[in-house]
Amino acid sequence: MCTRGGAPLADQVAFSVDGRQMEADSGELLIEACEDNGVYIPRFCWHKRMKPVGMCRMCLVEVEGPRGVALVPSCTTRIAPDMVVHTASDTVKKAQEGVLEFLLINHPLDCPVCDRAGECPLQDQTMAYGPGESRFVEEKRHYTKPIPISDLVMLDRERCILCARCTRFSDEISGDPLIEFIDRGNGTQVLTFTDEPFASYFSGNTVEICPVGALTAVPYRFKARPWDLEAVESSCSDCSVGCRVSVQASQNEILRINGVDSDPVNHGWLCDKGRFAFEATTSEARLDAPLVRDHSGDLMIADWTTALDAAAERLGALGVGEIAGLGGARSTNEEAFAFGKFLRAVADTPHLDCQLGEGLDPQFVVGVTPRATIDDLDTAGAILLWGPDLKEELPVLYLRVRRAATELGIPLVVVHPRRTGLDDVAAHKLAYRPGEGLDVLASIAGGNGAIGELLAKGSVVALIGRTGLSEDQQLAESVGAFVRDLPEGKLMPLVRRSNTYGALDMGVAPTLLPGRTSVRSPEARAALEEHWGPIPERAGSGALGILEGLVAGTIKGLVLLGSDPVSDFGDPGLAARALGAAEVVIALDTFASPSVEMADVVFPVLGFAEVEGTVTNLEGRVQKVNQLIPGPGSSRAAWEVIEDLARRMGSSLGFTSAAGISAEIAAIAPAYSGISWERLSVGKDRVGVVVPAEEGSQPLVHIPVAGSATRAPDGLALHLARVLYDGGLRVGLSPSLARLAPTAAAYLNPTDAAKMKLDESMRVRASTNGTSADLPVRLDASLAQGTIYIPYQLADTVGLTATPTITIEAV
Amino acid sequence: MRILTERMEAHPADSHTLERYRATDGYSALSKAFGMAPEDIIEAVKTSSIRGRGGAGFPTGVKWGFLPPDRFPRYLVVNGDESEPGTFKDRQLMERDPHQLLEGIIISSFALGVSQAFIYVRGEYPKSARRVQAAIDEAYAAGLLGADILGSGFGLDVTLHLGAGAYICGEETALLNSLEGRRGEPRIKPPFPAVEGLYAKPTIVNNIETLSNVPWIVNNGGVAYGMIGPDGSSGTRMFSLSGHVAKPGNYEVVMGMSWREFIFDIGGGIRDGRQLKAWIPGGASAPWFTPDLLDMPVTIDDAGKSNSMLGSGAIIIMDDRTCVVQAAHRIVKFFSHESCGQCTPCREGTTWLEMVLDRIEHGQGRSMDLDLLLDISDNISPGLRWPPAMTTICPLGPSATAPIVSIMTHFKDEVGSHVHEGRCPLG
Repeated sequence: MCTRGGAPLADQVAFSVDGRQMEADSGELLIEACEDNGVYIPRFCWHKRMKPVGMCRMCLVEVEGPRGVALVPSCTTRIAPDMVVHTASDTVKKAQEGVLEFLLINHPLDCPVCDRAGECPLQDQTMAYGPGESRFVEEKRHYTKPIPISDLVMLDRERCILCARCTRFSDEISGDPLIEFIDRGNGTQVLTFTDEPFASYFSGNTVEICPVGALTAVPYRFKARPWDLEAVESSCSDCSVGCRVSVQASQNEILRINGVDSDPVNHGWLCDKGRFAFEATTSEARLDAPLVRDHSGDLMIADWTTALDAAAERLGALGVGEIAGLGGARSTNEEAFAFGKFLRAVADTPHLDCQLGEGLDPQFVVGVTPRATIDDLDTAGAILLWGPDLKEELPVLYLRVRRAATELGIPLVVVHPRRTGLDDVAAHKLAYRPGEGLDVLASIAGGNGAIGELLAKGSVVALIGRTGLSEDQQLAESVGAFVRDLPEGKLMPLVRRSNTYGALDMGVAPTLLPGRTSVRSPEARAALEEHWGPIPERAGSGALGILEGLVAGTIKGLVLLGSDPVSDFGDPGLAARALGAAEVVIALDTFASPSVEMADVVFPVLGFAEVEGTVTNLEGRVQKVNQLIPGPGSSRAAWEVIEDLARRMGSSLGFTSAAGISAEIAAIAPAYSGISWERLSVGKDRVGVVVPAEEGSQPLVHIPVAGSATRAPDGLALHLARVLYDGGLRVGLSPSLARLAPTAAAYLNPTDAAKMKLDESMRVRASTNGTSADLPVRLDASLAQGTIYIPYQLADTVGLTATPTITIEAV
Repeated sequence: MRILTERMEAHPADSHTLERYRATDGYSALSKAFGMAPEDIIEAVKTSSIRGRGGAGFPTGVKWGFLPPDRFPRYLVVNGDESEPGTFKDRQLMERDPHQLLEGIIISSFALGVSQAFIYVRGEYPKSARRVQAAIDEAYAAGLLGADILGSGFGLDVTLHLGAGAYICGEETALLNSLEGRRGEPRIKPPFPAVEGLYAKPTIVNNIETLSNVPWIVNNGGVAYGMIGPDGSSGTRMFSLSGHVAKPGNYEVVMGMSWREFIFDIGGGIRDGRQLKAWIPGGASAPWFTPDLLDMPVTIDDAGKSNSMLGSGAIIIMDDRTCVVQAAHRIVKFFSHESCGQCTPCREGTTWLEMVLDRIEHGQGRSMDLDLLLDISDNISPGLRWPPAMTTICPLGPSATAPIVSIMTHFKDEVGSHVHEGRCPLG
């Protein structure tokens, strides 16, 4: 049997189009087979990522059959051997003109004020295939225009051509069918249900795939003409999925982000946070000049020289091992690499971490094998999701899992303390009380029950992460050990922050050196020292140890690279005490975060779409990110600031460009050998390359051990988990998203609530580790008994500590 | 000769009851069927050559043969969504002899290996629904439905579902969508319902009248049924006669007589002594016939050869006072109103046709409108030929072009007068 890339080659069949012989996979849709062979058939309703409906009738072609030549929609007709197809016959052309004339008779032709004009499939196809003039002299259909169907999307039913792309997307792809056709015939219209807005995390996709200007996005309406936009392709930096995007700007301001169809990653889809959070880029909170704390304790604008001198002087005054660094998980690989090199080789410290205690063990994240890619979901025997609610934390991965479970029929097992966005498509769902994960695992691993039996069949792709911030990260390790022992089991550790994987791969972790090597490996350390000179031998402290060290005074200086421990560390009180106790805090950041406000010297750095570099997503896919706009004020690239600091502290890192850093990464980070900007910029590798790209370049193999995880205390256990629209800076500084953040509440199982004599009319004071929040009570039957769920980092829950222990009292 | 309506004629007061049905030999075919092999029943239906009475006239036995072997469950869905304008025969069969229908359903289900059947009744037929439901209830009580019917070991459940007022739900795949709780929109075929129908399972969709014939076929044999009437139009057939005719109503007849006999002998001729101008031979979807065809036999095949159809058996008579523009406008308006809205040509085109006809009817026509009407029609049904080609998923859109083509073929001068004189020449 012939094979291609190991997979059996589908039967190729010959067919003819307009007299040309072609070949395609047997059973492929005619419209795709023609396109693959260079013959474009116009279409409106057909979209390659959704099921064909054959409604718009634009893609009619003639096919010769036993009963003569017939007009058929090429989007619902499958290639058969020796099929004879005509795409440009007089009959086809007449049908195309007819359909376009029909579509235009009720279209308002308000193109001059339509956002879609200039990139409108209806305009383009009218130009190419249309009749040129209309014979329609009657009154057109009229509707109130436009109407808001959510806070983000406006609907103009007069422009709508009823292709069902948006309704199919929300039903088939995102699984929140909140828009539907109502009425029928000439009165058919897309609408929401009464009192139910189109509140989908994925609503922006419907705007992007709308073939006319019927759906428009509030953040973009009337902002630009498409032909005035400059665009670059890049990767989204709002979570670790790394969706491919087209960033579009006019006059140096990002105005729109669209999805790019990356086959292995996002299939063109984005979540609304990734699509609209660019608004924060221009917020008032954006840093645009260096700041230095003056004698009276205020952060004052300073020039770069003053700020760099101040920072270098104060850091230089500290001793060996007295400096620590946090950050890099929001940066590019190049920036993270420079950060790590600076800390280890210049500041001579082993204390560095890109995570803030909310993630997983670095060794587990980069070293666990066999590793799963996102595409592995599509061919899995079963999928096990034991981790965060993907819809809230890694939304486009949620779409991919949803597709695997629905369209591809792969059985999905979800283990999570509460309902998740995937429960409705899961074959099995297990809710458990946080802290009892090991018991649940033991019962599954015993092979008993439907879940155990399903997983024991093997070929499991396991998505493993912490279900909430209050859950012990050791549990993931135990789940990993279980899956690794299953036949053909593959794992994907889940951490959320965008470039955590990249920063870990760059060695920004107490136990890791660049390229997935261990600091405990003398060979790895020696190889690195050949390039870097001497570095500390021992493994240092992670985020918790660093913050505790600052409080204890064993660590005296802290360098933050895009990191905000005061907001994001699980024990915000400890973080605030640590920054307060530090002799010096240097912050490189884009925004004036609470941690930045406690720093002594602040450097404004360039952010998303302002720098060129690479990032690594949660499957280890290295992708190129590109620069489109300049940063605000005098912002500089983080690596430049780090290099300048290093020089002032007496030893240059040797970096003169981000591309140069990239070359050093390829040279010394084993897992990244063979990766170059050039390779990622052209051809098939534009979708990125999964590292280790070369055989044998996975130096660190971490074997997870089924071990201990902290048990929950008696009484209530806290499930503290993220929601997509939280109170964080990215959402909070994006006006269109900020208002979508939900109201905080304390969610209780109804049985627990009844025992505690609580109901939804009441409020409780929830206290963790000395901090508390007053929250309304909500009943949630999806919670296991003994669990209280509180959304993380909403305005009313900031400050709660991520610990399972919680007390509540009625107020 | 009568097969379907004899009982209701003889016992108008209670032909719908189980008691009367049994007293008049009812459910005897069922007992006989249980003594037969299922494949022999299917063979009898094939031999009878009965063609579907819902409109398309597809041979019922052939349709049954499309069921893929060994795939279960499979469903029988009974199409009682009789909505074609001018058709009212199934209503009479449901209201006046529901047990005859049920017996046909039980026998057919037994033959096809079906254990769940659905009867989809038009929403505007509350009495039909009441009578059929009452018959179902009686049948359950008498052990004629449910588990182990008459000790045969065969079990069947029958569920009645009331439509919600959409003509398109009479199209079999739209009907299936509606039954499933989806929008009533025709599906793309293939797959055909026999392979992937209700809930994606193999499904046979048959018309009320078709299934009401099954008890007779089982009792008398397929050969006997096939002997009735001319080749290709075997059996008796219910016709709904309406319009400007002296004796409108439902008539069960053996096909093969001439249209003249049908309209003038059976129907009593044209009302008020007027002249026949045209008639629609098979429901609003059918192109019209004119008096030059009066001596043609009433058969499925003859109608087809003359570029029309017997369709659902609705014959609508138009006398010489009929304004053809107004008649066509009314029919097009119906189709425009009933378009499901999926396909661009039907959704937009039928409404456009309606608007143009409306203008012509109100004296606002332009001379270019005559060509425009035909060209819009051509963009819905390319070539305007028979049977119609389609730019759409289902034939609803192309059906709307039938009256346009008819008036432009047979009454072009009359339509032209509307445009050129700005008024109807008939006053």
